[in-house]
Amino acid sequence: MAELLQFTFSGLTVGAIYALVALGFTLIYNASDVANFAQGEFVMLGGMVTVFAMAAGLPIGFAALVAIVFVALVGLLLHRLAIEPARGASSVTLIIITIGASIFLRGMTAILLDKNFHNLPPFFGSEPFVIGGATLLPQSLVVLVGVALVLLAVWLFMSRTLLGKSLLATAANRTAAQLTGINTSAVIGMAFVISAMIGAVGGILVTPITLTYYDAGTMLALKGFAGAVLGGMGNPIGAVVGGLVLGLLEQFSAGYLSSQYKDAVAFIVILLVLFTMPQGLFGAKTVERV
Amino acid sequence: MRRCLNSPFLLILALGAVVALLPLILPSNFYVRVVAIVYINALAVLGLNLLMGFAGQVSLGHAGFFGIGAYAVALGPVYLGLPGWASLIGGTALSGLLAFVVGRPILRLSGYYLAIATLGMGVLISMVVSNEANITGGPNGMEVPRLVLFGSRITGSLTWYWISGITLVIGALIVVNLIESPTGRAFRAIHDSEIAARVLGVDVARYKLLAFVLSAVFTSIAGSYLVLLDGFVTPNTTSFLLSIELVVMAVLGGLGSILGSIVGAAILVILPQFLTVFHDYEHAVLGAIIIVFLIFLPSGIVPALASLIRRGPA
Amino acid sequence: MSILTVENLRIAFGGVIAIDGVSFSVRRNEIFALIGPNGAGKTTLFNMISGLYVPQSGRIVLDGEDVTNFTPQELARRGMSRTFQNLQVFFRMSAAENVMVGRHLHENRNVFAHLLALPSVHAQNRTTRARAEELLALVGLEGVADRAASSLPYGALKRLEIARALATEPKILLLDEPAAGCNPVETEEIDAVIKTIAAQGVTVVLVEHDMRLVMRISNRIHVLDRGRTLAEGGAAEVRSNPAVVTAYLGGLGEQEAARARD
Repeated sequence: MAELLQFTFSGLTVGAIYALVALGFTLIYNASDVANFAQGEFVMLGGMVTVFAMAAGLPIGFAALVAIVFVALVGLLLHRLAIEPARGASSVTLIIITIGASIFLRGMTAILLDKNFHNLPPFFGSEPFVIGGATLLPQSLVVLVGVALVLLAVWLFMSRTLLGKSLLATAANRTAAQLTGINTSAVIGMAFVISAMIGAVGGILVTPITLTYYDAGTMLALKGFAGAVLGGMGNPIGAVVGGLVLGLLEQFSAGYLSSQYKDAVAFIVILLVLFTMPQGLFGAKTVERV
Repeated sequence: MRRCLNSPFLLILALGAVVALLPLILPSNFYVRVVAIVYINALAVLGLNLLMGFAGQVSLGHAGFFGIGAYAVALGPVYLGLPGWASLIGGTALSGLLAFVVGRPILRLSGYYLAIATLGMGVLISMVVSNEANITGGPNGMEVPRLVLFGSRITGSLTWYWISGITLVIGALIVVNLIESPTGRAFRAIHDSEIAARVLGVDVARYKLLAFVLSAVFTSIAGSYLVLLDGFVTPNTTSFLLSIELVVMAVLGGLGSILGSIVGAAILVILPQFLTVFHDYEHAVLGAIIIVFLIFLPSGIVPALASLIRRGPA
Repeated sequence: MSILTVENLRIAFGGVIAIDGVSFSVRRNEIFALIGPNGAGKTTLFNMISGLYVPQSGRIVLDGEDVTNFTPQELARRGMSRTFQNLQVFFRMSAAENVMVGRHLHENRNVFAHLLALPSVHAQNRTTRARAEELLALVGLEGVADRAASSLPYGALKRLEIARALATEPKILLLDEPAAGCNPVETEEIDAVIKTIAAQGVTVVLVEHDMRLVMRISNRIHVLDRGRTLAEGGAAEVRSNPAVVTAYLGGLGEQEAARARD
C-alpha cells in the first residue's frame, strides 16, 4: 500500500510536468495546427535561465520571473522569426521548422550557458512528509500545486478574458475568426508566448527534483507530445489527463516491472489505447464531409 | 535542366553518372567515406519518402528499422554463425516482416496519431537494443564483423562507396518504376484523397501497408550498410533522434522528390562535417540552417527550386 | 428491372436524424435525380449508398445483391462509382493520372512487376493512358491531360471527377452536384456529357441544385425534405406537386422553384 502511494506521488509529480508540456503543445496546435517540437526547450530554458540568474546574484523569486519573461520572449521570437515567415507552408514543413528551432535553442544554450547539469534549491526545504508510509518531498507538493495554479490561470484566461476568447475562436475556425476582425497572426503569436511561459514555469518547478541541462528538452517534448496525443490532439483537458496518465504509467511500471522498460510500458499502453480509440481518450470523432 | 528534373529515367542516368565519376574528383579517402555515408542515408530517406512523400503516411519510428538492419549484421555472425551477407538479408526480411505485422493496426491511424504510434514502435525497438546489454552490449554498443564477400573482407571506404552507390542507384530505379505504375498511382491517390481512392476501388489498407513494408526494407538495408562500414554499432542507430533526422532529410530535400531524398541526406550528412570548424556552434548553426531553408523553400529544396526554374528566373 | 434499390434507410449524427426511412428504386439505364432544399440529406444519402457511411437501418440492393454495409472498394468491384460535391481530386497528380487511378481495378496489380518495370507494365501504362485520354475527351477536357490537376479551374475539376469515375467502367454512376459552380454554358456541356454517359448504358443517379438541368435530363425525380421522402415522379408531376412547391417556397429555395417552373 505504501508502495502504491509512493509510486502515485512520483507518478503525479512527473505527470504534472508532462501535462504542462502537453498543454503547451495543445494551445499552439489549436491556434495554428503546428505541433511545436521546441516545447521541451521552453521547459529546459525555464530551469537553466533561473539557475544562471541566481548564480548572477538574483534571489530565486526574481530569477524565476526573469526566466519566465525571457522564455516568453523566446516563444514570441520563435513565432515571429520562424513560424510567421513560413506562413502557408504545409504543417509537416512547419513541424520540421520547430525541430530546427529546438536544435538551435539547444545549441545556443550549450554555447551561451553551458553543457553541465544544474540544480535549483527546493523552495521549501527537503524534509519529506510521510503519508501512509510513503514519502512526499515538499518540492513534489510545490510542483502539484504549481501546476494546478497554472491550469487554473490558463482556464481563467481562456474563459474570462477577451484575448483568451479570441484564442478559442481562432482555434475553432481560423477563417471565421479572421472575418470577425480577430488578428489571427497575433493570436497565434500569443499562443506561442503563453505556451512558452507554461513551459518555463514547469521547468522552474521541476528542476529541484530532476535537475536540468541543455539537452533535457528533447525527452520532455516527446513525452508531452505523447501525452497530448493520448488525451486526444487538440483537447486541453485531454492533454492534462494524458500527461498525468503517462507519468503514472511510467512510475508504476518502473516500480512494479522494470525501470529500464518504463517507457516501453507507457508506449505499449498508448498503442493499445490508439488501436481501440483512434482519436485518443478525449478526441472528437470526426465525420469527413465530401 | 527542366527536362532532367521532369524525366525520372534521365534522373537515374544522371545519378549513375555522378556515382561513377565522383571518386575521380574526391580529394581523399575521408571524402569518399563521407559520400558513401550520404548514399547510405539517402537510401533510407528514399524509403521513407515512399511512405511519407508518395503515400502520405508519416513515420517517426523508422530508426527502429534502421536499427534492426544494423544489429542484424552485428548479432547474426556472432550468435547465429551466419555470414554477414546472410545476416543482412535476414535483417531486411525481419524489418519487412515486422512492418507487415505492426503496419496493419498502426496504419489505420492518421496524422499525429500515426506519428505517435510509429514513434512508440521505434522507442520499443530502441529500448530492447539498449536494455538487453548482455546480448547487444547495451549503450556501449558492439563490434560488427567485417562483411566477407567472395572470400575477401570488405573494409575500404572506396569499396563501400561502390556498394552503397550502386545500391542507391538501384533503389532510386525501383522507386521510379513503382511511382510510374498502378501501385505508385495508388500511393499518390491515397495521399491526396483516401475517400476518392476507396471509391475507385483502391484497397487503401493494402497499399499503405505495402508502402510501410517497402520503406522499412530500404531503411533496414541502409542500417546494415552503415554499421558494416563503421565496423561498430551503438543504440544511436535506433534512436528517436535518428528517426527525426531521417524525416528532416526527407522534408528538407523535398517530400515526394527522389532527387530531394539525396539532396536532403547530403546536406544533413555533409554539413555537420564542415560545421565542426565552428566547434560548439555546430548545433545552433544546423538548427538555423533548417529553419532558413524551410522558410524560403517551404516545399523542400528540390521541388521549390524546380518550380522556380519552371517559372523562369525572377 | 431495378439496378439499385434502397429500402427504409436511416442514419443519425449525434441525435440529429439526417435520413429517416427513405426508399426508392432506380431502373436500369435511367437518369434518376435526387433533389431537395439545402440540408435535405441528399449527399448523406449518397454517402450511405456508396459505402462511406454505414446506415443504422435499412437495406441497399445493387443489381440483385444485398450490399448494405459493403465498403466502397467492394462496391467499386460491383460497378458503382461516384463524384463528390466537395471535390476529392488528386491534386498532386496530372489530369490524366487522376483518370488513370480510376482504371485501377482493370489493371494488373502485381507489385513485383511494378518494382521491376517489366515491359508488360509499360504496355499497360500506355493502354491506361490512352483510355484516360478518351475519357477526358468525352467530358470535354481535351488537351489538359498533362496539366497538374491543381492548375485546372473548378468546372474542369468537376468534369475530371466524372471522367475518373467513368474509368472504373461503372454500371451505375452517382453524380453529386455535377453542375455546381458552373456557368450556363458549362452547365449545358455537363448536360450533354450526362446524356452521352446514359446513352452508353450507364445508369445515372444525380444530386443537383440546378433545377433546369434536372428537369431537362431526368427520367424520374425523387424529392427529399429534411431527411424524408416528399415526392417521386416525372418532371411534370414533381413540378406540380404542392408539397414540393411548399418545401421550396417555404425554405430558401424560392428562386429554385421559380426557375423550375420556366
